[in-house]
Amino acid sequence: MLRLLWLIPILPFAGFALLGVFGRKLRPATAAAVGVGSIGLSAGFSALVTASFLLHPPAGHNHMQTLWTWMRVGGFAPGIAFQLDALALVMVLVVAFVSFLIHLYSVGYMRGEPDYSQFFAYMNLFVGSMLVLVLADNLVLLYLGWEGVGLCSYLLIGFWYKDAANGRAARKAFIVTRIGDAALAVGLFLLFYHLGTLRIQELMERAALQWPSGSGLAIAASALLLGGAVGKSAQLPLQVWLPDAMAGPTPVSALIHAATMVTAGVYLIARTHTLFSLAPPVQTAVAIIGAATLLLAGFSGLAQRDIKRVLAYSTISQIGYMFLALGVGAWAAAIFHLLSHAFFKALLFLAAGAVIHALRNEHDLYRMGGLRREMPLVFWVFLIGAFALSGLPPADGFASKGLILTETWNSPLGGTGLWAAALGGALLTSIYTFRMLFLAFGGPLPQPVARRPGVTEKLPLLLLAALTILAAGLNWPAAWGGVSLITNFLHHTLPAPPVRTGRVAGGEAWLEVIAVGVALLGIPIAWLLTRGAPATVRAALQTRSATALRGFWLGGWAFDWLYDRVLVWPLVWLARANEADFIDLFYRGLAGMAGWFHQLLRWTQTGRIRWYATSVALGALLILALVIFL
Amino acid sequence: MATVPMEHALILAAALFFLGLAGLLARRNLLFILLSIEVMLNAAGLVFVAAGSRWSQPDGQVMFLFILAMAAAEVAVGLALLLEFHHYAHTLDADAASRMKG
Amino acid sequence: MNVVFYLAGAVAIIATVLALSRANAVHALLHLVVSLLAVAVVFFVLGARFVAALEVIVYAGAIMVVFVFVVMMLNLGQAAAAREREWLRPGVWLIPALLAATLLAAVVYIMFVGASRDSGFATVGPKAVGLALFGPYLLGVELASLLLLSGLLGAFHLGRRVRRLEPEGGG
Repeated sequence: MLRLLWLIPILPFAGFALLGVFGRKLRPATAAAVGVGSIGLSAGFSALVTASFLLHPPAGHNHMQTLWTWMRVGGFAPGIAFQLDALALVMVLVVAFVSFLIHLYSVGYMRGEPDYSQFFAYMNLFVGSMLVLVLADNLVLLYLGWEGVGLCSYLLIGFWYKDAANGRAARKAFIVTRIGDAALAVGLFLLFYHLGTLRIQELMERAALQWPSGSGLAIAASALLLGGAVGKSAQLPLQVWLPDAMAGPTPVSALIHAATMVTAGVYLIARTHTLFSLAPPVQTAVAIIGAATLLLAGFSGLAQRDIKRVLAYSTISQIGYMFLALGVGAWAAAIFHLLSHAFFKALLFLAAGAVIHALRNEHDLYRMGGLRREMPLVFWVFLIGAFALSGLPPADGFASKGLILTETWNSPLGGTGLWAAALGGALLTSIYTFRMLFLAFGGPLPQPVARRPGVTEKLPLLLLAALTILAAGLNWPAAWGGVSLITNFLHHTLPAPPVRTGRVAGGEAWLEVIAVGVALLGIPIAWLLTRGAPATVRAALQTRSATALRGFWLGGWAFDWLYDRVLVWPLVWLARANEADFIDLFYRGLAGMAGWFHQLLRWTQTGRIRWYATSVALGALLILALVIFL
Repeated sequence: MATVPMEHALILAAALFFLGLAGLLARRNLLFILLSIEVMLNAAGLVFVAAGSRWSQPDGQVMFLFILAMAAAEVAVGLALLLEFHHYAHTLDADAASRMKG
Repeated sequence: MNVVFYLAGAVAIIATVLALSRANAVHALLHLVVSLLAVAVVFFVLGARFVAALEVIVYAGAIMVVFVFVVMMLNLGQAAAAREREWLRPGVWLIPALLAATLLAAVVYIMFVGASRDSGFATVGPKAVGLALFGPYLLGVELASLLLLSGLLGAFHLGRRVRRLEPEGGG
């Protein structure tokens, strides 16, 4: 059954090919069937493969499948080959099932759009690339998938291309992630140059043998890989593209910019964890980046008016948590949070989509309201998602975020500072999440509901909500009963988190209590800031300093402003200054010189016979002189 | 016959040739230009004849014969063209024939 | 014999100089005839009797006569002569003389570098020339006659309708 592994990424590509070639001629229903069907089949095969893997685990919990050799240049022969271990299996399951549910949702959500089949084609291409990324057994194939998802992100953000602003957002996403991709590519060059291979398993083994801990090469390589991860996962300092990427359709935001593509960076670091373990400064950097990002994004989320931008900043923040976990050595905890985040963030985005469609494409939270009574189903699933995001039981966010907080406290690489930052972030998360809930669902209804979700939209919402709660059941904090099915499974591939002396592995009960308490605190604060705001609070929010702070957070801590002035404007100035193109000047100068010589030589064409005869005689003289003197 | 060194005969021919060249470059009247050309041709023929006589071969004289034939043909056509030009431009100024200028 | 050579050579050079520096065309032609006759004497001295005769008959006798005919036909008159004198200011001769002198010097130099210093000319009679013409150079002779034919036809055609070209301003 494991031999069917290759079908999992191939089926979405086949869907893309069919829709790309025949898309315009198909009726929307057929296009949707192809688009959703290919992912559905892929998900089905993922389930079969998982069952086979769990029931009859292959040797070392690792199954390799080589399709063919991609290229052979000198000693470099990467193959189109897949590696299925615990980590890859978890990722495949997340990608395949969440993608399937989002595709199903898109059937109803994108109904009536022109380019309907195009949408599914791009989404299929994306899923295929993402699956290649997680299943790749060598870093070159992984990079192929990496670039593929980047391309699809660009195509899908700018899906409504007729509006120029969407194109700009798509370009911004592509260019910012490109910076990370360039770092990643240089990292690959470095690794190949020094270790001679890019097959992940061999690479990790050779690195562990040849590079001592803290060696310069390990630090350089892992720093470059971190650069790539930071770009793709929208962490500091390359987080600026994700909020603008919300210009794309909501299913795109759910799939690419919440559940899957942005987690590719986390996956990369988890895959190459050996390298990061060999470079403690870089691993510390990972943790610090994670902590800083989660706080920064948390504050920004508080000030946003657009419901999707709140969710975007919350994605940035939650990935910060994953980075923090990776940084303190809790690899499995990071992946578990990735899994639970995929479920609840997709859920939140899809529910937000329902809200947006209900209020006739309204994105501004302050113009929403009263949907609790109008769309109870959407309200309840959104509530479950909000619980998960804030880290409250019984949702899986409670388990995964709690695990990260515990491991940060426990790990020798962590510490009180990082733990406090994460805790602060949890408070912020809770505040902005419930602010969203109260603003969108509470209060009066501003306009009659225009469009209600259909069956194809309600079903994924329900299933995702169910998965959110189910995942919690598979991995529950040790202090409260302790189920560790997922993390134990991941420990077949990833090392166990380190525990500082004096701390209890698995955490103590009070850690969880504080975490839940902080999250619960956010609920009344959110209420006071929005629907239940008393006059004092309202007045405080209107003061000059409050408004300035809100503006600062709204603009994402002025990163866009900074990048504009430091990077964009000088480059634009340079381009404008070089409009005449000084290199071109050289070639134009050559042509100009030829023209000048032509004008000069024109004077010799007098048309007079005697003049010509004289020049012939002079020429003869010259040749004679040459003959005589040389 | 004579025991003149061949170089002297060649110098004579060269002198005549370059005199013709000077005349060609200096005169503006087309008739005199053609005349100078004849001088030059004659000088070239002198070289051939001198060489042939030096080596006791008739080839030099044969060559001179051909040059003569060629000069005759050239004069015929050249002078006919000169007459045409005179009718066309009403002058024999070589500098007037500069339509190919530029 | 050698004296004759140098004398005839001097005459040829002086006559040529005179020929090329006259304003009057007929005067120039007559001087040139003298020069050609002097060259014919040189030929004779060099032992090439046949071409000496040819020089007189064809070159001085035919070609120069054609020139004279054309000059007569042109009937240029006083205005032309005055203009000619104007064109013959001494300054005109500067560059051509310089050029010619330099080239002459160069050629003379080449001749004397590595010269073999042999001398003596042998007589090559008409008989030998005739044998050569009817022997190895037969083809050349035929081609020369073709050339003369084409020259004849060309001159005939060009001279046929004198008013062939439109006057200046149209053509």
